[in-house]
Amino acid sequence: MSTKISTKNLNLWYGENHALKNINLDIEAGSITAFIGPSGCGKSTYLKTINRMNDLVKGVRIQGEVLLDGENIYAPSVDVTLLRKKVGMVFQRPNPFPMSIYDNIAYGPRIHGIKNKAQLDEIVEKSLKGAALWDDVKDRLKSSGLGLSGGQQQRLCIARAMAVEPEVILMDEPTSALDPISTMRIEELMADLKKHYTVVIVTHNMQQAARISDTTAFFLVGEMVECDKTDVIFSMPKDKRTEDYITGRFG
Amino acid sequence: METSTSISRKNARVGDTVLMVLIYGSAFLVVAILLAMIGYIMVKGLPLVNWEFLTTKESVLKGTHGILPNIINTIYIIVLTILFATPLGVGGAIYLCEYAHQGRLTQLIEFTTETLSGIPSVVYGLFGALFFNSMMKLQYSILSGCLTLTIMILPIIVTTTRESIKSVPMDYREGAMAMGAGKWYVIRTIILPSSFSGILTAIILAIGRIVGESAALIFTAGIGTTLMKTTSLSAILGHAKTSGATLTVQLYQYMLKGQNEYAYAIAAVLMVIVLAINLLTRLMIRGMKSKAQ
Repeated sequence: MSTKISTKNLNLWYGENHALKNINLDIEAGSITAFIGPSGCGKSTYLKTINRMNDLVKGVRIQGEVLLDGENIYAPSVDVTLLRKKVGMVFQRPNPFPMSIYDNIAYGPRIHGIKNKAQLDEIVEKSLKGAALWDDVKDRLKSSGLGLSGGQQQRLCIARAMAVEPEVILMDEPTSALDPISTMRIEELMADLKKHYTVVIVTHNMQQAARISDTTAFFLVGEMVECDKTDVIFSMPKDKRTEDYITGRFG
Repeated sequence: METSTSISRKNARVGDTVLMVLIYGSAFLVVAILLAMIGYIMVKGLPLVNWEFLTTKESVLKGTHGILPNIINTIYIIVLTILFATPLGVGGAIYLCEYAHQGRLTQLIEFTTETLSGIPSVVYGLFGALFFNSMMKLQYSILSGCLTLTIMILPIIVTTTRESIKSVPMDYREGAMAMGAGKWYVIRTIILPSSFSGILTAIILAIGRIVGESAALIFTAGIGTTLMKTTSLSAILGHAKTSGATLTVQLYQYMLKGQNEYAYAIAAVLMVIVLAINLLTRLMIRGMKSKAQ
């Protein structure tokens, strides 16, 4: 498998706070990579550097390189709009827009200039099917996305991210606000997603990381401690700190 | 034997009863005063409100008492002022919330806006008379009145719109930006539609202020009662250059002339208008809320 995202000597500061310390990490195409670690370890911050969502935070300073297919996404010539079209994101809390289910999905394609009704119809259907939501909502595409249940809302957000045909989908604790059944469905969905996308997920739930991911990276106070095949991380971690964390000695 | 251990009720509840009576009494008084006032004005004013009163102008020659020019002027001034103030106020609010660097300058603007909304309207009238009527040579004109009122209601529109923009969840912005939407695109497609009911509330509040305003208008729009000509668009637009009294200004004129009965009649008409505006707003906001859900 080839490397999709390659991070080289990445450092990030929020004001004086050195939040990411010299991160070096390769993420493989067509796989699920999970980031685990205690709160405040920098895993979400690192995730957000991959589609430059940290740009929105005041006082942020970034050094080093994040390469997407060999291209540095922090190069001055990069168009953030095009980057985010390639690297989509799903958030911790489901955040459908206050508009119809259809318009939620069509939102992204419309940003990128798709106006044709037939084309949009097709994208909406394909994305909702891809997120296993089509059968639930096909009869009420015109009703508000806010009327769906929490789990459905999150699948709507995944469908919305898929609608712009990204290559990478970032997920920031996508199931932490959901009940176990909805969580299970999203996890099933993720297994499907990796056939077409490179998926990177931040999770607080170690069992989830063990269940769904191919590769796991363990973060601690701004450092990437260890990254390996998931079964290796959970059975024979090389670093003592990783072992302490996954065996529940702290965190 | 000590009774302090007993759980039986003593006279501690007397205080409660007194307080209850006082609270109910003041609530009753508030409603009673309001109803009495409305009733008084309606009883004194409504009998004089008839078709002639609503459809003619004040004329000594014809012997008519009418407020048609004033009704038209009031609507004219409302429409023109809202047309001036809404884009300006909403634009300002968007700038302050989404573009301005949050810091001393925005604090200063916020402070100034709050101060502006506390200034008595007669001061705006004075300013309008000096600046628009004299310096800008607009003389007594509806346009001058509208510009003065625009300044007066800007703080309402800016503040209310800002509040409703601020209440749009950060999640929406993040979600949209994560798909590559630019700032203006997010404002246009998410933030403005979400704050629409807030903006509408601001406009209604502003209309309320305009309808009730007299001090800021007497010195600027003046007391003219020329009936607007509707022969052509330029005649309608040209009306802005003439002096024109709104209903409240006309009410004041009647009082000056000692014709209190007509003042009461205008008051009754005004009250019906205000009631209608309030009802309409509630209906519109409720309609929008049910549509959004």
